[in-house]
Formats: sequence, C-alpha cells, structure tokens
Amino acid sequence: MQATGIERIAHAFAHTGKRAALMPYVMGGYPTLEESLRIGQACVQAGADVIELGLPYSDPLADGPVIHAAGTQALAAGANVSGVLEVARALSASVPVALMCYANMVFAPGVDAFVERLARAGVCGMIVPDLPYGEGPEVLEACDAHGLALIPLVAPTTTPERLAAIGARARGFLYTVSVVGTTGERRALGEDLVEILARAKASTHVPVAIGFGIGTPEQALQAAQAGADGVIVGTRLVRAAGESSDPAAAVGAVVGELAAGLASTDRRASR
Amino acid sequence: MSVSTDERPLEHRFGPYGGQFVPETLMPALAELEQAWLQARADPEYHAQLNGLLRDFAGRPTPLYLARRLSERVGRPVYLKREDLNHTGSHKLNNALGQVLLAKRMGKRRIIAETGAGQHGVATATVCALLDMECVVYMGVEDTRRQRPNVQRMELLGARVQPVDAGARTLKEATSAAIRDWVTNVQSTHYVIGSVVGPAPYPALVRDLQRVIGDEARAQMLEREGRLPARVVACVGGGSNAMGIFAAFIPDEQVELVGVEAGGDGIDTSRHGAPLTVGGRPGILHGSRSAVMQDEEGQIVQAHSISAGLDYPGAGPQHAYLRDSGRARYEAVTDTQALEAFRVLARLEGIIPALETAHALAWVLAQDEGELDLVCLSGRGDKDLAEVLAASET
Repeated sequence: MQATGIERIAHAFAHTGKRAALMPYVMGGYPTLEESLRIGQACVQAGADVIELGLPYSDPLADGPVIHAAGTQALAAGANVSGVLEVARALSASVPVALMCYANMVFAPGVDAFVERLARAGVCGMIVPDLPYGEGPEVLEACDAHGLALIPLVAPTTTPERLAAIGARARGFLYTVSVVGTTGERRALGEDLVEILARAKASTHVPVAIGFGIGTPEQALQAAQAGADGVIVGTRLVRAAGESSDPAAAVGAVVGELAAGLASTDRRASR
Repeated sequence: MSVSTDERPLEHRFGPYGGQFVPETLMPALAELEQAWLQARADPEYHAQLNGLLRDFAGRPTPLYLARRLSERVGRPVYLKREDLNHTGSHKLNNALGQVLLAKRMGKRRIIAETGAGQHGVATATVCALLDMECVVYMGVEDTRRQRPNVQRMELLGARVQPVDAGARTLKEATSAAIRDWVTNVQSTHYVIGSVVGPAPYPALVRDLQRVIGDEARAQMLEREGRLPARVVACVGGGSNAMGIFAAFIPDEQVELVGVEAGGDGIDTSRHGAPLTVGGRPGILHGSRSAVMQDEEGQIVQAHSISAGLDYPGAGPQHAYLRDSGRARYEAVTDTQALEAFRVLARLEGIIPALETAHALAWVLAQDEGELDLVCLSGRGDKDLAEVLAASET
C-alpha cells in the first residue's frame, strides 16, 4: 500500500542527512505555473526535504508584502487550484509537498471535496494559516480521512493551554512561527528562539519546524542549533525568484547555500 | 438614553456565521479583548466615562427628526435619526469612543484602524487626540483620492494615514493591511475595527457600542408618535449603523428591518457591493464567515460602489444571520439612485447626507407603500461633494 502523506512527511524528517530538514516555500504560479514548477524542481535538486507550496489567494492575512505581491501576480497570470495542484503532483514525485492555503479556499468547494482533491494530486499536508485551533474541526477530520497531514501553526503569543491542545492534534509537523508578525525576512532572529522551540517540542510528538523571518544560511543554522527539526524559508526565495531573469537558477542557488549551512554539522551526531 | 451595563451574551457565532478565522498570533489578543470588554461592560465606572463623553463630547442623544417635505413626497411620515449631528459627522464616533476607552483600560498605547470613506478614520483619530493615544489609519489609495478632506482631517488630528496600494486600493485592502499590522504589533496595539465585521468578539462588541443609536431612536419614537415605526431602514456596508439601530428593534417583531446595500452598476452586473442581497455561498473574509462576494474557487472579488464606505465585498455575520432567519431583509440601490437621493434630501430638507446614507434614503424614496419609516441618517455628506459633483459632470 502507498504511504500516506503523513507517513511521507515523517520519513522526510527522519532521513534528511542534515542537522534539520530544509523546507523551501514556493508560491504556486509565480511568476508563472511552468516557472514555479521549475523553481520547485531546483529546490529539490539543491537539497529540499519538504516543499511548502503556496496556493495564491486574494487576501493573504498572514503574509507580508513580498509573498502577498507574488500571490497577486500569480493570480493575475492565471494561476488557479488545478494549475497549482499540477505543480504539486509533479514535485511530489520527489519530495513531500505541503500546500499552504487560506481557509476560504478550503471551504469554498466543500472541505471534504477540497482535501480529497489535494490527496489525489499527491499533496501530503496542508497548512491553513487562518484556521486556528478551535475553528473548522471538520478540516482535521477530512485530512485524517484522506491521510493528509493538517499542519498547525503556533506563535510566540500562543498560551500554554492552547499550545498543549495544538501540539496534541498536530499532524506531520508543528509549524512554529518564530516572530510576532507576518511572513518576511528579519535582520535577526529573536533571542528567545531556544525557548520558543523547547516549548513547542515539549507540546508534541511530531517534528517541530520553524518559519517566518528566516532568510540566511546563518539564521537557518541558528534555528537548527536552537533545536528546530525543520527550517522553512519563504520570503527570501520568493524575492530571489522575483529579482532574477532566471528564477529557478536564482532560487536553486539560495537553497543550495541554505542546505550547505544546515549540513555543516551532522544532525544525528549532534544528538 | 445611554449605554448601560448588561448581561447579554457576547456571541462568537450567529448561526453558521462569525467565528475567528485569523492567524494563531492573534488568538490570545482576541481572548484578552473579549475579557476586557466583558469586564468593562459590567463596570459602572467605564459606563460613566463613556456616557459622559457621548453626552458632552459627541453631543448625544442625537435628534430624531420628522422630515416633513420628504414625508410629503413619499406620502407617509419619515423620521431621520440624526447621526450626522454626532461629533465628527457620523455614527462612527460611538464605536471609536467605546473602543479607545477600552484600549486605554487594557494598557495599550497605540491604536490602528482601517477606513473606507474616512469617517471611521476621522472618528478614531479624534478620540486618539482626545485620549492622547498614537494613531495609525490604513486607507486605500483610491479612497485617499476620493475622500481627500477626511485624509486632511485625520492628519490635522495627529493621526498618520497609511495609504494602501494593493488590489483595488479600497476598504478591503485597508482592512487586510490593518490586520497585518495588528499581527505584527499585537502586544502594544489595539485594532479599532470600524464595523460589525472581523473575528469574534468584534461583531458583537461593535454592535454593543452602536446600539445606542437604536436605543435612543426607539425611545424617541415612542415619545413622539406613541408607537413603534413600521420600518427601520439603514445602509449596509459592513453594517455597523444598521446593526446599531436594528439591535434595539429585533425583539419588536412587528417592526420590519431593511438593510440597503450598494447596488453599484446593478446587482445583475459584477460591479456592486451587495453580498447579502445577492446571496450565494457564504465565505470567510477578515476573520469571520458571512456573506461574501467570491468566485468559484473562493477568491474574494472586488466590490464596486460610488460610496467608499459601502465599497466592500463582505458584511457583518449577524446581518447574514438576520437575513437567513427572515428577521431582516436586504436590498440594493444603484449608484445612480443614491446620487439622486443625495440631491433630493439636500433640496427637500436642507440636509446633505453621506453617499452611504443616501442609499437608505434612495430605498425609502422608491417605496410606494409604507406607514411610518425610521431611517438611520448615518452621516453627513460634506466629504462627498467633490465625488458627487464629478459624477454629475459625466
């Protein structure tokens, strides 16, 4: 029997060969669908362990200006659910793909229909940044039914009570937001990174990945050394794609640097 | 009449509508806000402060005015609840006073707000000046153009107006930008949402603060006419003035509640702002589930209205619930009808209404039948003169 999405994600975290899993974010359909697939493939070649694929949305409340603008441009270029799922299908042959999408797009066609469509496209997990714990319990039910990981987010502001509840229900991995804010690069990571990660890891049995504000190899390594099982890099890569005439090569180069940064110490040896 | 302590529930949901569809980062802040509001709502000191400001600073109660020539025109008495005479020229001040006072109690130093027509931005900037709070107002670039006088007022009052250059550059984008600011600065900042929209507890909180309109109007109507109105009519963008006046009449089942949305170029076109009237699948926008204009895949589509305050593809969740339950009904009038009503009220009554309010008046003017109408005259129209004059030249 084929591995479920949840199993594929677990396997990816267990076999990175690096200190922490490298998890690049790619905006589906940006700058075009074809190019976003090439960007994703470049990420895989450069050492991505899991791809986070963005489904462009009209009103992305959790995203900063760079990813927001990329989503707007992807929509203007004609990106839609079926197009982005084709990108997901192609990438998922190599690595597990988690789809980052906003709640209204999950509910619009009906939760079960949407999740089933993702599963059929080979998507392994789903991240819904505006579906906090307590809203839409049917989404977790549908994901469980289709073997898809519903990956929850926790923030530095999350209370201990909520963290315990979220950690207990986490599937795939726990997406820990490193900063109070939207997606985007930061000059420096917070001094409380070790504490944030320790808190998150104590709450759950799944791996803990950290994202929002990580853009350089130094920051990626810092996050890994602070205890992250996975490092998510988004805005830095979307910016690289937007600034280059060869987006796939540009993104691949940055991912390569990040992978080298993470590989500088072996993960298992450090434990 | 004034706001008083009460034990009414603070709803998270209205039937299938409402909820808290926001990033996790905001969840503790929403819980904190809810607790603070429940405490303030039960605290006589908060009410004394708020009611004092509503009376002495805002000028409440606002008059209930029998519009004689308008009544002759339509063949039945029409009363106007004069929120345009509230300080800053609209009902928005009621909510801004209540929320900024609340923020101060919560120890917040910084206030953010979104604005479309600029009325909520001006009200918030005004209260921030009064209570010495830092104030940032997000406003779409298109709206800073068509509501220029309100931008100048906000700046004069010491607020920073942050233009939002995304999407259609109107109220939807301004609200999204304000929410992103709040996600980033949630520890220091209170977000004063201007309408009965957003994640819980905002729809109930803003309604609680605006129901002073309905409580006053109901008592004034009983005093003047010895009976309740047959109909209560108000314009609906997000729907705060409508919810404020409706709230007092919801238990009076014989009173018909009518919300008037922006029909734009017509609800048979795609260029309107009438999600409640048009119906269809509910959606999630700005943190709650309600009537939303969206496409097949769930992308939110742009609204259109000549009125910046109604140029919004969503509406408050309680309105969607009142519609489904049959307690209120929602209809739309076009840009053209609203412009005509704007002029009619100026000529018949010597009152220049806001373009938003003109939608409610246009609906009343279009009805042949009726017995006794109460209309929420939610704001004054000085801010709209340039836009109306430009529209009449084309």
